[in-house]
Amino acid sequence: MSKGLQKVKGAVFGRGMLRAIVSIVVFLVLWELGSRSKQWVGFVMPWVGQVPAPTAVLAAWVELVGDAGYWQSWYMSFFRVLGGFLSAMAIGIPFGLAMAVSRNFKGVAFPVFEVLRPIPPLAWVPASIIFWPTQELSITFVTFLGAFYTVVINVLGGARSIDVRYYQAAQAMGASDWDIFRRIILPGTLPSIVVGAAVGMGITWEVVVAAEMISGGGSQSGGSGGGGLGFFIWNSYVGGSYEQIVVGMISIGIAGYICSEVLRKFGGIFTPWLRLR
Amino acid sequence: MAALDNQVPSAVKARADAGEIQVTNVSRSYGVARFAKDVVRDCSFTIERHKLTVMIGPSGCGKTTLIRMLAGFEKPNAGSITLDGKPVTGPNKDRLVVFQETALFPWMTTYENIMYGPRARGEDSQHARDQAKFLLDKVGLTGFRDKYPPQLSGGMQRRAELARAMINNPVVMILDEPFRGLDAMSKELMWEYYAGLYEEFRRTNFFVTTDIDEAIFLADRLLIMSNIPTRVRAVIEVDLPRPRRLADIFDSERANEVKIQALSLLHEEAMKSFTGGSKAAADFVEAYSKRMGKAKAGA
Repeated sequence: MSKGLQKVKGAVFGRGMLRAIVSIVVFLVLWELGSRSKQWVGFVMPWVGQVPAPTAVLAAWVELVGDAGYWQSWYMSFFRVLGGFLSAMAIGIPFGLAMAVSRNFKGVAFPVFEVLRPIPPLAWVPASIIFWPTQELSITFVTFLGAFYTVVINVLGGARSIDVRYYQAAQAMGASDWDIFRRIILPGTLPSIVVGAAVGMGITWEVVVAAEMISGGGSQSGGSGGGGLGFFIWNSYVGGSYEQIVVGMISIGIAGYICSEVLRKFGGIFTPWLRLR
Repeated sequence: MAALDNQVPSAVKARADAGEIQVTNVSRSYGVARFAKDVVRDCSFTIERHKLTVMIGPSGCGKTTLIRMLAGFEKPNAGSITLDGKPVTGPNKDRLVVFQETALFPWMTTYENIMYGPRARGEDSQHARDQAKFLLDKVGLTGFRDKYPPQLSGGMQRRAELARAMINNPVVMILDEPFRGLDAMSKELMWEYYAGLYEEFRRTNFFVTTDIDEAIFLADRLLIMSNIPTRVRAVIEVDLPRPRRLADIFDSERANEVKIQALSLLHEEAMKSFTGGSKAAADFVEAYSKRMGKAKAGA
């Protein structure tokens, strides 16, 4: 058997996988017992008793798989998360780096940044609905804010924590400022950028869902699924379909997981020296 | 050995007419007015051309401050530092520092680290690549060319760092406790190894340490520093033959004499800071008494 295949076999049938399966199965069984407690033992378990059982959720999900609106919700939320996240990276990384290398720029930009930073992104929802011409842009903007501050703070912190001896060594060996920026500051900050991106991505999902709920699902709101997963949940709640609420919640969990996995892969490619040993 | 010498690319060899540092009446203090603390006061010495000068002194005596001034990272408050008659004004590839613990760039492979200097100056030529290859071989890291620093052992990291400095062909190499933190075994291996490198290239080397055995094994000249504020307390010419091997040196009567002489001077200095309440000095005095016992039993 080839080494790669053995590795796959190890991952699928290994002890770690077994534990994961046991954990999920136990969770599902307890959930099922809890939510069916009324019909089985005649006693409504508090909290869990109100929640639809996993089997019911699964049935609802199977129905939804064929529904274009459901997938449209996925698409819309991904689209907004990606838009907000990428613009936060595109603006936040240069902004953070500029503050790290220029005392003047930091002196001017940092106070404003620090005043705006504690404002929760969701507090921006009404203002951004006013600012931006379309619902779509307002949601993306709020999503952007969710990731932006984290990215900037991580870039700034990362650049400032680079060992001063690296600068001294580079300078002594005749490096220009540009070379020090390109080959010391940039790679030295990369691990923090990756961390900032991962944390930022998590916040983006939190924010996008809430923003979709509040703003009523964006420009194409309604049953068609243009509102994204957040609006999908809200809509299910309004429509009284509790199974679908849970489907929506789990969908967000899966979507967030996919995003962080992809990000981790990317981070690993950009920082090969951290994947050692 | 002769065959190897022929392969030494010319630029890696020491320049015949350069490499003497003159430190004249240098002072440096930190803080202001009432809170000012003199770290170096009226300190003068010469780092002789093509010799291996070792500076040893009690911990916290201001050796690192001196190094920072020699490298040009800091300026003295008074006095002058000149290299071959020209004043030192800032960092330059003429005077390269190998730092305490490793300062290899973790995001570059061994080879990229060594090539940093040439590339930073826009000299990524075939000549530079040949030199890098030669030096990789010299420091025994050819097989680790594409590894990142965390994949190297402590000793390998120090050797990679030596190569990274040497490719720039500095007039003076300054080493700030480079083998600190290595285990006893690798440390002794590194001493022989480093002595061998020095003996081959005969570039001016300035080596700072707190380890008396290391100092005597490596040094042509030993500068014994006073307690803070730092001055040179004594200069001992260590006239032991080269090439040096650990076994020869520690059996040698002369090495033992030098050691006793150096230790008694260091002891006096340590006592001064001991009475000043320094924990490091207290540790030193304790270690010293043990060592003196050993050295006398050996003599």
